[in-house]
Amino acid sequence: MEPVLEVVDLKKWFPGVKANDGVNLTVHAGEVHAILGENGAGKSTLMKVIYGLLEPTSGEIRLFGQPVHFRSPRDAILAGIGMVHQHFMLIPALTVAENVVLGDEPGGVRFDRREAVRRVRELSERYGLAIDPNAKVGDLTVGLQQRVEILKAFYRKARVLILDEPTALLTPQETRELFNIIRALKAEGVPVLFISHKLDEVLEISDRVTVMRAGKTVETLETKGATPQMLANLMVGREVVLRVEKPPMEAGPPVLEVRNLRVRSADRHERVKGVTLTVRRGEILGIAGIDGNGQFELADAIAGLLRAEAGQIVLDGRDITHLSPAERTQLGIAYVPQDRQLDGLVLSFDLASNIILRDFRRPPFSRRGILNRRAAESYAKRLIEAFDVRPPDFRRKASELSGGNQQKVILAREVSRDPLILLAAQPTRGLDVGAIEGVHRQLVRLRNEGKAVLLISLELDEILSLSDRIAVMHDGEIVGVVDRAEATREQLGLMMTGRRAKEGTA
Amino acid sequence: MKALQSILLPVAASLVAIAIGAILVAALGYNPVSVYGSLISGAFGSLGNLGNTLTASLPLIIIGLGIALSFQSGLFNIGADGQYWIGATAAVWVGYHFTSLPGWLHMLLCLAAGMVAGALWAGVIPGLTKAFVGAHEVITTMMMSYIAILFARYLIEGGPMQEKGYIPQSPLIASNTQFPYFTQGFARSQLSPISMLIAALAVLVAWFLLYKTTLGFSLRSVGLNPRAAKYAGIRVKLYIIIALALSGLFAGLAGAVQMLGVDHQLLDGFSSNYGYTAIVVALLARNNPLAVVISGLFFGALTTGGQNMQIVSNVPASLTNVLTGLIIFFVGCERIIPQVIGWYRRRRSARAQTPAS
Amino acid sequence: MIFSNPEIWALTLSMAIPLALPAVGGTFSERTGVVNIAMEGIMLIGAFFGVAFSYWTGNAWVGLFAAIVCGALTALALAWGAIHVSADQTVLGMGINIFAAGLTTFLLNTLFGYNGTPVNTPKLPSVSIPGLDHIPYIGVIFTNQSVLVYVGIVLIFLSHWFLFSTRLGLRMRSVGENPLAADTLGIPVWRLRYLGVVLSGVFSAIGGAYLSIGILNGFTSNMTSGRGYIALAAMIFGKWTPLGSFGAALIFGFSTALGIVLQGHGVSSNILQMIPYALTILALTGLIGRSTPPAADGIPYEPRR
Repeated sequence: MEPVLEVVDLKKWFPGVKANDGVNLTVHAGEVHAILGENGAGKSTLMKVIYGLLEPTSGEIRLFGQPVHFRSPRDAILAGIGMVHQHFMLIPALTVAENVVLGDEPGGVRFDRREAVRRVRELSERYGLAIDPNAKVGDLTVGLQQRVEILKAFYRKARVLILDEPTALLTPQETRELFNIIRALKAEGVPVLFISHKLDEVLEISDRVTVMRAGKTVETLETKGATPQMLANLMVGREVVLRVEKPPMEAGPPVLEVRNLRVRSADRHERVKGVTLTVRRGEILGIAGIDGNGQFELADAIAGLLRAEAGQIVLDGRDITHLSPAERTQLGIAYVPQDRQLDGLVLSFDLASNIILRDFRRPPFSRRGILNRRAAESYAKRLIEAFDVRPPDFRRKASELSGGNQQKVILAREVSRDPLILLAAQPTRGLDVGAIEGVHRQLVRLRNEGKAVLLISLELDEILSLSDRIAVMHDGEIVGVVDRAEATREQLGLMMTGRRAKEGTA
Repeated sequence: MKALQSILLPVAASLVAIAIGAILVAALGYNPVSVYGSLISGAFGSLGNLGNTLTASLPLIIIGLGIALSFQSGLFNIGADGQYWIGATAAVWVGYHFTSLPGWLHMLLCLAAGMVAGALWAGVIPGLTKAFVGAHEVITTMMMSYIAILFARYLIEGGPMQEKGYIPQSPLIASNTQFPYFTQGFARSQLSPISMLIAALAVLVAWFLLYKTTLGFSLRSVGLNPRAAKYAGIRVKLYIIIALALSGLFAGLAGAVQMLGVDHQLLDGFSSNYGYTAIVVALLARNNPLAVVISGLFFGALTTGGQNMQIVSNVPASLTNVLTGLIIFFVGCERIIPQVIGWYRRRRSARAQTPAS
Repeated sequence: MIFSNPEIWALTLSMAIPLALPAVGGTFSERTGVVNIAMEGIMLIGAFFGVAFSYWTGNAWVGLFAAIVCGALTALALAWGAIHVSADQTVLGMGINIFAAGLTTFLLNTLFGYNGTPVNTPKLPSVSIPGLDHIPYIGVIFTNQSVLVYVGIVLIFLSHWFLFSTRLGLRMRSVGENPLAADTLGIPVWRLRYLGVVLSGVFSAIGGAYLSIGILNGFTSNMTSGRGYIALAAMIFGKWTPLGSFGAALIFGFSTALGIVLQGHGVSSNILQMIPYALTILALTGLIGRSTPPAADGIPYEPRR
């Protein structure tokens, strides 16, 4: 049987990053083909290349045996590729039918709404995608919006359907419905490419699975013969973990206690669903988990940036659940936020101002509302030197620094406030190896000084190399907490997909 | 380099606008050199003219400070004109009441009334609705501005502040609240040393507040990156309200100063447009309080020079509005510069790459 | 009773048209995602050049055509700055308003002197609709109104149909809601935004010409006296739809008409004139049916490279 879609030795390099570095893939008619990989394995880069959003550095994409070169998503659509993005490309103010036919509407000058509705209804019946063509998309649930995206693809005569992390935002019920749809499509002979990091789902829905790791496709195997353990091992690999020198420490009394915490994100979704955990003096508690499982909302809630819907946060014996972010900062919570440019820095401010950003209301940086610039400058100078920020000039704007140096500024600011606990969310994201090492050294130093560190990272390697204990989060809950000494990568990989630890010490 | 660019851009925008103005004037058969000459001499040609220029600049500078402050806080207060008139109205009302007070206290009370009125006008409805329901401040301040002017007009057209006369007007403020004029030098203009002092103080206060206080630090943080401001423990909604109120406070102060220093009463018309020109003043000064002085003087000179130009060269004074509009348009298009540079670089690098591929 | 006098309804309609036309124009612009506060300035341009060309050619229809062309050209400048340069659209709009106020006054004084435009400038005809004008009571509404009133009403309904019932209208709205989504479907985002802004220029210019050669036959400095801003209010109050804008303009026109009729009756026209502005703020705060702008309104779109 002729393959529908082939990807041959595809490479996509960015300056300093080989996002795709040898991807090989063959999708046959009538199969559900899964691409499985961790965050950062290169899945979404691959999708963007296939969809014409990025141009490949080298390699080839063939559609029905013909090599294709897409310069825009439009080319890809015309060639028969249907893509459902993780973030939908829909227009909430328009109806389902309008969204589906947009760009290729029936009618002459007039928009033939009735015909559009008829066509959409016909399509939805044919593919078993029950939906009201006249409903406003903004009023639909996420699951139904996804159906609109799928209908959009088929309206444009898609011959292969690519679903990028399609269950990320769905409820379990909606996921089941989606799987029914995928099975129906398969019965129609439509090949489906299913991109996911969720083991269970891949095992359930796919015929074959291709595993990606570090920009490469590792192996393609029949799903029937695969076990979860096998796939998990392929996914996380067996490379040697970067070791960080770390003297053994006896963890002290608890610094931070979180009890039954429930948090909604800014978009009103409940992201943290009853989390309880304890961080002690002199330990690094790592929180492992796949993106979108509530770990960042947890950090925001502890820092006071998101409100606790229920539960309690106790810092050093004091209930801080209802304190403002400023008060929590004062009491000893330091926070390296996930997005350093969006949350951690005011990019147009100079380094001195950024370094006092969290303390400008306090002496010596201000008295009675009057800033003391000299105090800020001498303090900034000291920190810039101590943390080796380059260029070492407190008059530079934060925007003029490299990512690694921006992170150094944030770390310097947070660590030097002599906190009780440091919350570090993705502290090494996007940094080069040297900068990563520097950040790691600082976290360990803090721990050795008897402070507590809560490290949230999507990189399992980072969690493994730094943590004393590891908590795994899945779907807003803590699946289990294990000691580093007893943790294995395979076990954690399974827990990250929501399977309870066999001998967890939670 | 960056600093240089931030000076060059407004200057370049002004020069292009002046050049277009020259073409327009020449096309209509005037001599651009003598037209602009009469404009300049009208603005600076004598002490009296200079006094007029300064008089016209002061409200622009004071309002411009408030607008710069709102811009730095990430807000576009387009309704300063209304805040100015509300401040003027409050100052006039206080000015012809409480006549038993000593003059200096009465003056201060007038100024305070103007400031409070302007601050409330901008802070309460636009401020609260922006902070709590996200109503866009451009629309709300603009609507409030028209309401303010209609309200002031109502007060002197059949309302409680009407004074008998052929045209709608309010009573004159008590004579001991009126600022004294220069008795020498600027004698022929309505320039008062007190107005100048207040404007100078306003500049210093605005500058100090923005750059030397925790309040200014918070406002600028909110303006540049509200998320980081929240992370830093700044109460973003509160500072949105404060920013709009402060902005209105300066506009209200300008209204009060104008009443006490120049007009002495509300008169029908309300068409000074100071509030709109002041937006240009702030934009041209790139929201720097000290530069507001220079751009305020520039537009003040344009106004008084334009009147002289009309008398001497017979070119309508409205030419200055043409220039103002063009300047604001070009300053608005500042992003064309990096775009052109980027386009040029891409072209060069594309040319460099072509042989390789 | 005042309301039983049909004159007030005729006056309401006549006052509503110069608000409704720029409001509909603004709707086109903002529906495609470009914030337009320049209606006031473009109205002035339309009003002035309408009179100027009407006088020079002796034909008011040529004047109207010239008004439309000049309004479209002014809008084109706004479109270029907003779309190609990604400039702040509010700043651009302000610039155009000040420029237009200055230019029209300047040209009025240089071309026609300080005594105003010539009194023998031709104006567009006023017509009554045969049949309708004889209906008792409401007949007067359709008696002796400027031809632009009828043209305007037709244009408003046509606009509503265009925006909500044609393929192009659907595409224009999609561009103002989610330009990225529209772009991936092959819809030319920039071109449709240009179309939206230029249409706003055309409508605003007709609104201006209505004042100068529809009702009157002359131009005076700043003769629009803030109608462009009330139109902005009408657009918001009408929830960014042509018929909604028309409805809002009728309400606002009624409050103006009421002010005229009630003069000398002890009710201040100044207070009545506040109504449009106050209603708009209420609409924005959600107290009377929340007005939400198009999702991508005011946000420049830079296509991928």
